[in-house]
This record gives sequence, structure tokens and C-alpha cells, in this order.
Amino acid sequence: MLEQIHQPWPWYIAGALIGLIVPALLILGNKNFGISSNLRHICAACFPANIQFFKYNWKKEVWNLFFVAGIIIGAFIANYYLTNFDAVIIAPQLKASLLKYGVTNNNELLPPELFSFKALFTLRGFILMVVGGFFVGFGTRYASGCTSGHSIMGLSNLQWPSLIATIAFMVGGFIMANLILPFILSL
Amino acid sequence: MSQENIHSIDNNSTCINNSNQKESVMGNIKYLLVGVLFGIVFVKAEIISWFRIQEMFTLQSFHMYGVIGTAVAVGALSVFMIKKFNIKTIAGEKIIIAEKKFTKGHIYGGLLFGFGWAMTGACPGPLFAHLGAGFTVAIIVIISAIAGTWTYGYFQDKLPH
Repeated sequence: MLEQIHQPWPWYIAGALIGLIVPALLILGNKNFGISSNLRHICAACFPANIQFFKYNWKKEVWNLFFVAGIIIGAFIANYYLTNFDAVIIAPQLKASLLKYGVTNNNELLPPELFSFKALFTLRGFILMVVGGFFVGFGTRYASGCTSGHSIMGLSNLQWPSLIATIAFMVGGFIMANLILPFILSL
Repeated sequence: MSQENIHSIDNNSTCINNSNQKESVMGNIKYLLVGVLFGIVFVKAEIISWFRIQEMFTLQSFHMYGVIGTAVAVGALSVFMIKKFNIKTIAGEKIIIAEKKFTKGHIYGGLLFGFGWAMTGACPGPLFAHLGAGFTVAIIVIISAIAGTWTYGYFQDKLPH
């Protein structure tokens, strides 16, 4: 049992546990599962700048910030106490294609050649982290939600706008990963 | 679309707290604990792996499709049961789930978020999980994401919805 906890978990265990977050939040306090709203709460709390979009009672949503704090703590616990794998499993085709761009280290969940403070001062690292992060924050708010709010919560409640949003997320991801990313990685 | 409409749509999609119950700090700890579980799953199932996200968008692995598919199936079954058996919250409130109202932002914003997802290998949840898992550089990505959300708020009235 302990051995199994330390190995990477299969998709059906992970998927079921994530799916159960939906009823857990609803039953604990009528909360709809969603994470990207926290980025807005942080803006509203710290830099409202008299912008209409950030004038609302963010304190009412403070539960969501607790939820995110929990994610940070949980990731810490899992990474430092529940993990003993040596390398992240990656598809051989992916490994081969990344090799061309000098991305060879898959000992951790993020390749250090692209995601580290050192990489931040390379053009491709800067684009992936800073521009990519900007797209995540801008895009999720423009789309009124992210993978959790739309793809899991919205689809669980059979909301067709969430299906359209999810399709748009996937189309965007496919375009980036297949058509644009190879160019960025070669910079 | 009038300005008022934009704001009302947006408020609908962001007002994700449908409880009138006032939560104390201790009351909020239960959401922190659910978050801890979520964070552990993120790491243990490699959902926060940049490699896993690339595999998903290049169809080189079934893993992420399995995770999201199972999550939606379990979530949908749970929502169905909550509605069918009229399950209440632990405080006895009726459970309300916000309806989503469609805007063109779902498409434009969705595409942009998809770009960011494939670039950073993270949606907003994993962004925070990266930080917890010891990738301190994630703080830069998070600050950038906050700047992105702020910029959206600044230009919201000028963007097509």
C-alpha cells in the first residue's frame, strides 16, 4: 500500500478523486469548483485600481484562497514525502522531439532547461514562463473560467457554454503545442 | 452588448459562492483541506508535469484524457445525485450551482488560455501546485498570470464579448 502511494498514481484514481472535489465543495458549503477566479480575487484585494471589474466583495470568496493555499501545501507534501520516483515517465516520441531542442532532463515534472530562474533569462524561457503565464491569466478570465471551472464543474453540470470553452482550450493547446511551440523551443 | 450586460454575465460566472452562511477562519480550513488533497493528486498523478501536457496536446499519451474524462464522469454523476435526491449542504442549505452564460469570450479567451496551457504546462491550479512542489520560479508565472487577469479587467469593456 505504502509502495503504491509512492509510485505515480494511475489516471482513474486521480480522475475519480478530482471528480469528487465537485460534490465535496458543494456539500461543505455550496461552493462551485473553480480556481482561476483566485487570480481575480488577488487583483481585487491588492490592485483594484478603481477598475469596475475588481470592485466586488472579494472577502466573500476568501474560501477559494484557502483552497489554493491547500493546493500549495498538498503539492509540497506529495513532492517531499510521498514521492520516490527517479524520473518522470514520458512518451518516447516526445523525448526524441525534445532532444532536438536540447531539452534532455526529465528527472523532474518541469524541464529545468525551460523552467528555472536561469532559463528565465533565455528568450524561449522568458516567452514560455512570462508570456505563457500572461495568456493563462488573461485567457481564463476572458473565458470566465479554466479547466476546473469549465471543463470539470461546468461539464459536470451539463453546461453547453463550458463545452464550447473546453473545446477552445483544447484547440488553443493543439495549435500551440504542434505549430508554434517547436518554433519557440528553437529560439 | 451593453456594458451592464457584460458585468452581469461576468458576475454570474465569478460568483461561485452560493452560500449565505458566513464562514469563520476555522470554517475555511475545510476548503484548505480539500485543496491539500487536490494538490497531492496533482503531483502524484503528474498532472502538473509539463511533459504530460505536451503528450496530451500531441496525442502521445492517454493519461490526461483519462484523468479529465474520469473527473467529469464522477463529477456529473455526483451533481446528478445531488439534484435527484435534493442533497443539502452540511449547514442545511439547498445546493445551488451557477448556470454558465455564453459569451464570445469563451472562444477568444479559451483559445488564448489554451496557448498558455501548452506553453507553461499548467492551468491555474497546477500553477500554484508548481510553487508548492518546489519550483520557485513558478512565482514568476503566477505574477504574470495575475498581470494577465488584471489586464483583462482593465480592457474588459473594449474587448468583444
